[in-house]
Amino acid sequence: MCRMAAIKSKNPVAPAVVLRMMLAMQEGHDNSGFAMVMQDLGGAFANFKDFPLLSMACTPLGLDRAEEYLEMLGFTPKFDYQPDVDDHPGLDFQKMPIYVFRNYRYPESYVSRPWEEKKKLLVSSCLELRKLLSVGDQGYIYSFWPDVLTLKEVGDPRDIGTYFQMWNENHWLQARVISAQCRQNTNYKIVRYAAHPFFLEGYTLMGNGEDTFFQKNKDYLNGLHPGYIGFESDTQSFLYTLHYVVEQLGWPLNYYKHVITPLTFDELNRHPDAPVLQHIRQSCQNLEINGPNTVVFVLPDNQMGIVADAKKLRPLVIGQQEDLVAVASEVCGVNMAIPDRDYTSDVYPGERETVLINNRLEVQQWLQ
Amino acid sequence: MAPINRPVQEKVDEMQPFQNGSQSAQKTSQPVAITPAIGFQERSYGPLRAGAAGPVYVNKTHPTDFPWKIEWNAEPCIRCGSCVAACTFGAIEPHLMRQGQTVSVGNFPTPVTDTHVVMAIRQVPDSKLACRGCTMCERVCPTDSIHPVLNEQHRFPLVARRGGTPVKRGGRAHHIPVRALDYIKVGRISQMTDPALDAARHTFDLLTPLGRNLPARELPFKVENGKLVMQGQTPPMQWIYPVMIGDMSIGALSWRMWEALALAVAYLNEQCSMPVRMNSGEGGMPKRLLTSEYLKYFIIQIASGHFGWNRIIKAMPQMVTDPAGILIKIGQGAKPGDGGLLPSQKVAPHIQAIRGVPQADLLSPPNHQGLYSIEESVQKMFLSMNAAFKFRVPVAIKVAASSTSVSVYNNLIRDPYHIVGGFFMDGIQGGTGAAHEVSMDHTGHPILSKLRDCYLAAVEQGKQGQIPLFVGGGFGDSGDLAADAFKAICLGASGVFSAKIFLQLAGCVGNEKGRCNACNTGKCPVGICTQDPRLVSRLDVDAVAQNIVDYFLAMDSELKKLMAPIGNSSLPIGRSDALISMNKSIADRLQIAYAC
Repeated sequence: MCRMAAIKSKNPVAPAVVLRMMLAMQEGHDNSGFAMVMQDLGGAFANFKDFPLLSMACTPLGLDRAEEYLEMLGFTPKFDYQPDVDDHPGLDFQKMPIYVFRNYRYPESYVSRPWEEKKKLLVSSCLELRKLLSVGDQGYIYSFWPDVLTLKEVGDPRDIGTYFQMWNENHWLQARVISAQCRQNTNYKIVRYAAHPFFLEGYTLMGNGEDTFFQKNKDYLNGLHPGYIGFESDTQSFLYTLHYVVEQLGWPLNYYKHVITPLTFDELNRHPDAPVLQHIRQSCQNLEINGPNTVVFVLPDNQMGIVADAKKLRPLVIGQQEDLVAVASEVCGVNMAIPDRDYTSDVYPGERETVLINNRLEVQQWLQ
Repeated sequence: MAPINRPVQEKVDEMQPFQNGSQSAQKTSQPVAITPAIGFQERSYGPLRAGAAGPVYVNKTHPTDFPWKIEWNAEPCIRCGSCVAACTFGAIEPHLMRQGQTVSVGNFPTPVTDTHVVMAIRQVPDSKLACRGCTMCERVCPTDSIHPVLNEQHRFPLVARRGGTPVKRGGRAHHIPVRALDYIKVGRISQMTDPALDAARHTFDLLTPLGRNLPARELPFKVENGKLVMQGQTPPMQWIYPVMIGDMSIGALSWRMWEALALAVAYLNEQCSMPVRMNSGEGGMPKRLLTSEYLKYFIIQIASGHFGWNRIIKAMPQMVTDPAGILIKIGQGAKPGDGGLLPSQKVAPHIQAIRGVPQADLLSPPNHQGLYSIEESVQKMFLSMNAAFKFRVPVAIKVAASSTSVSVYNNLIRDPYHIVGGFFMDGIQGGTGAAHEVSMDHTGHPILSKLRDCYLAAVEQGKQGQIPLFVGGGFGDSGDLAADAFKAICLGASGVFSAKIFLQLAGCVGNEKGRCNACNTGKCPVGICTQDPRLVSRLDVDAVAQNIVDYFLAMDSELKKLMAPIGNSSLPIGRSDALISMNKSIADRLQIAYAC
């Protein structure tokens, strides 16, 4: 199994908090990696929110390829942050030669274009960069999006934290939304692209579980969007389905749960929305998931959502205080973030619920 | 002292083709009630008497030419005649035989040679009356004195065509060299990381869609106040049980057998909440059923002969509900390229009434008249059938699996009018009521590879599930229909249709090794494929319906027992990762994992 930790806060927080949450849940993962997506950034990137931020780990050749390609498109560097690192011997961590966290200006021809067109440019650029870096295995691009920073590393989370000095509470990385996962590599070889959370066009998602319908999900999603690629992890299908339902189909968020874990026919026929739900079940039968899962996602507007499988075979707990909501696979993880909260207000999402944490940090529970 | 009357030497008719068996166990069960068989014909072969000098007619047909030889044991036989009466094919007959005996009469051994005339049972050496191996003689014999034995050295194909008539039969293809389903296992078991489900306690949705399925982006939805609202019509869709009863007509089946199937289907729907659907076959349905509530459990078939449709159309104004679907039959797996065939001996008065025809061989043309291309098929046939039921009933098409199946499916899947509600493919192991043997044994295509090809063709276009794939042809031949259906579903089928197994549940003794398969003769020994009232009365309708219901209930549990370990609570359509094959060629062909 994997362990997930997520923070949604009114004020920017450093990643140390999620590292502490992960350590508390260490029995549930195997120290084989740590991955994190930070959104609504503070710290070093606070003043560059509108500029696409490239998160990449690569070789010098990979960097050359990426720079050349982005330059060719007309992107120009705006802000580049080279993190101070603590590189001492003995760290259990497969570090990459170069880490790139760099904001770019849009190409001049795009500056005044609508956001929809900019989005397409960013998605296609990111996909092309991924292709360029994959030739000869020259690196990994994780995200190229405004106000989003991604780090995916293979190794012991403690040592990864040490290397990037993330144990420092006043770290250069700060964000109001952080999603992080430590994984247990049971089914997939250790590849960085297989590490959650996954990001596509403003949508972030991580999961804990197994999608036993992965094959049919993958077969169907493959052709629905050029960004639905990779499938190094079964959880990618959750992200792509979320993206498909909300971004491509334009359906309200609450229908995501109806797509991935439809009501049984008995329940469905009694539902006041039965005709619509029956059509969804029919048309989205290849997007249904099966198996035990808990999913945490972040929408482009930084609201955070949580859903579980229809049998609630994977745990998740949400703890809250006035200015911070912490989400973790286990309650001990939440305890590390908000030890003095009112435990009785903790939320354990049910098998038929969608939980949404909005930007006022209100925790809403929607019944399917 | 009582006289000893002990045969010391048997001298039997040299034409007597029987061998003395060694069975000694007496049957304890009571013989079943039997009906007098079809009358025997006079035959004019001349038996050769023992020791008689005469020509040896080696060119005459002899039971040793036949696939089944009768073994009769004279010693336990009580000459009750049950076997002869039960044999509907006239394959055995009683005859008188001179028997020489040496007996002793009196108080001292005084051998006296004497002869008696005794009754014996022998096999008729007429190829038209050849034994089918149906075992009815064995089943009714109170003393275990007779049974058919498979004769592997037979010459039947050489003698059966005398007279210049092609061999016809019913049943299924014989001697299929590989049954691919048996090499496939469910090999991806959920254990630690994703726990297996509990077949007894978890909820499972064993339903599958029949009907044209729109992709999500084409659904007529509008967002209003954060909710999706339907705006317009969508193609009709039924969620049905993934195993349906395949198309067998009243005519091919006896009315009692068809009635038993219909009873079972109604019971499964109304008492067991299992939405099992049954296909009418080509030949119409009784008006009482057409105008009843139960019509909703039936898929009405229209085939190239359009048999029965006069009555169906006339009943439409009185229909109180819609049928579950319409199936346009283009071809069937057992005899691809052929139309339906109902021999005149099965066209009894009630069949004439339902189909609206006189007694004659009823041959459906190989194709629907007026359809010259797939495009026409979609535009004319589908559209008119959709329109006939006002676009409320899914309309599907059935073809025989063929090397061209993918092209057909690709053509249909474009379906710009959203009127193709299902693609049914029937493989070479499918059954039939009557066909030329050469068609049954030598034409057709195995179903699994074509199923997989069609599913993957849809996947390549991102259209899987839009036109559900249903497959048939040999599913359940092993007796494990749940396992066969489950494997087909994992390979991409939305469901399967099966037929022969339900006849076997009714007592059909036919099999793939050539036993019986006499469905075309009108002499079905168990009353399933005949319209002869004397034979039909052998069938117990209620018992047959009960058997079928029981089988469905067991199969339902078994399907759950297969879904639970792979961690699926709804049908794993296209979950090929759940399967492995222990044959490399099959694994490669179906694109599933090879395991050894």
